[in-house]
Amino acid sequence: MLGVIAGLLMRPFRSPMLRYVVRRVLWGIAMLVIVSALTFIIFYLFPSADPAQLRAGRNPNPGAVAAIRHSLGLDKPFYVQYWLYMKNLVLHFDLGYSYFNQTSVRAEIFARLPVTASLAFGALILWLLIGIPVGIISAIKPRSILDRLTMSGSLVAISAPVYWLGLVALFLFANDIGVLRLFPGSGTYVPFSQDPVGWFTSLILPWFVLAASFAAFYARMVRAQVRETMTEDFIRTARAKGLSERRVIFRHGLRAALTPVVTMAGLDLSGLLGGAILTETVFNIPGVGRYAYDAIVNSDFPPIQGTVLFSAFFIISANIIVDVVYAFLDPRVRF
Amino acid sequence: MPLLEIRDLHVHFRTHDGVVRAVEGARLSVDRGRTLGIVGESGSGKSVTALTVIGLTRFPNATISGEIEFDGMNLVTLPDKQMRSVRGKRIAMIFQDPLSSLHPLFKIGWQIVEAIRTHEDVSKKAARRRAIDALREVGIPNPEKRIDNYPHELSGGMRQRVMIAMALVLKPDVLIADEPTTALDVTVQAQILDLIRKLKDEYQTAVVMITHDLGVIAEIADEVAVMYAGRVMERTSRETLFTVPELPYTWGLMRSIPRLDAPRPGRLDSISGLPPSLIRLPSGCPFHPRCPYVMDVCLKTEPELEQSEPGHLVACHLAPSERQRIGRELQAQYNA
Repeated sequence: MLGVIAGLLMRPFRSPMLRYVVRRVLWGIAMLVIVSALTFIIFYLFPSADPAQLRAGRNPNPGAVAAIRHSLGLDKPFYVQYWLYMKNLVLHFDLGYSYFNQTSVRAEIFARLPVTASLAFGALILWLLIGIPVGIISAIKPRSILDRLTMSGSLVAISAPVYWLGLVALFLFANDIGVLRLFPGSGTYVPFSQDPVGWFTSLILPWFVLAASFAAFYARMVRAQVRETMTEDFIRTARAKGLSERRVIFRHGLRAALTPVVTMAGLDLSGLLGGAILTETVFNIPGVGRYAYDAIVNSDFPPIQGTVLFSAFFIISANIIVDVVYAFLDPRVRF
Repeated sequence: MPLLEIRDLHVHFRTHDGVVRAVEGARLSVDRGRTLGIVGESGSGKSVTALTVIGLTRFPNATISGEIEFDGMNLVTLPDKQMRSVRGKRIAMIFQDPLSSLHPLFKIGWQIVEAIRTHEDVSKKAARRRAIDALREVGIPNPEKRIDNYPHELSGGMRQRVMIAMALVLKPDVLIADEPTTALDVTVQAQILDLIRKLKDEYQTAVVMITHDLGVIAEIADEVAVMYAGRVMERTSRETLFTVPELPYTWGLMRSIPRLDAPRPGRLDSISGLPPSLIRLPSGCPFHPRCPYVMDVCLKTEPELEQSEPGHLVACHLAPSERQRIGRELQAQYNA
């Protein structure tokens, strides 16, 4: 059934690439519907607390609770609520209002996206700048002291949980509570438009903390990729041509070894754009992740649903983009 | 004096399991316009010998001794930098699997142009023109278009032609071909061998053809070296090898060729046993555990490569007259 519909929808598209993208986008939309439905079901079937009760204050009278329940639409069956939610989302791109403070979820998320993006892109640049060179050097000089040091160090960085690493970083380097008072600590974020220098310095610790495990993971991945590539037959051909070892590694080896890294980076970035919940919480950064955290604590459903959908949207789009970009990086990929 | 002469070459690799004696005292030579065929099983040291010639076995765990004389230079001791100007420019090499040997993410033209510009100071445009000419010369139709193809867009035979074009575009003195037809269809194999022969005659290139296939040797080699366990065990002309082979191992190789024109035997003959471990070689002659003619002396002393007839070197303890008798009988039976 779905296949037939998909086939009919595909008719007008001639180019295989375009057909592929359209098919992926349609499936992506289906995924978003499924994600939203699951979030809805989980929230309503396993409620952590009654939103109406929470809103009614201490010792409320039952009439007030019922009135609140009615005004929030919580007295309707959950499938009706879901239908209304989806209708508003599709027709008006309306993600509803917080039960807690009546603010528009869409407005909140859009206001917080630049904050999360600052954190995510900065961390991405940092972990690529650390992970790729370290991985390459370890791969070229296996079993050297540098290789052993960075690879065992990377295990520590991968194993350290962000909330722990964040607290340690604050304890060591924050300029209010730190041993060495070097960088602004928790809750110091200012938007770039207000104070570019303040924006940058306030994000230094979060960037490093968020990037640490990624950098370690990327270093190990790049190392494995480069080592494997350097045993390929085409590397032997490159050497047989009389190229310098530098050119063999950097032109022939890395071109093949780093292609998968592009994919990984795209997917990891998209995961973070949906909110780096732990980092934003530890450093009290007012991003999408912090918003999601607060919503979960307050059993505030609309922001939870909104942030989950945004997160899913980023991950699904990044998957599509990465697959299309890959076709340009590797001519063997065909749709 | 031959163009390329290998004397007493030893190549050992230290590994966790012990020292791998990949090449032990190999002696080989090849001249302009001639083809030396090196035949042997996997692990007989033929590829390692070839890679050592272009300095690609200089790993930290390798010990290389002996001499590889090429145009007045000793390639064993030649410094890396000078080795690089020989490699690709004066001694080129092509490999078994042309798909994995070409870089999958670069266009074939780019890869050939890179080879030219590594060794010669020419413009990109001029190099591209030469790449197109080289592709045309190896029989690739429509080279102006094909030059912008990626390797995966070509057939196996075309890819090997690209490898040959890339190897010969700088008109090297020596072409080393390591099993260049093994990964190809039978019909394409013959075309590739014809192409190599044609280009060799045209440019008077010295060709070293490495193969496990005596059919390839019969097709293209002028002289033949049979390698076993890192040693050259028999060296002679192609004609002699196919009329009076004198080495029990060579006999085994010849018996294991399937024949279409003879009554089919119950099963194909093969050499019993397995090639020896290059870490723990048998005592005496390395072939003795698999040799049907083994004698007491074979277990104790290793036979030297000695002249049996003029132009025919053999390393075997059997009496030369005996070897010639068995070899002739075998070939007579074979050619009947």
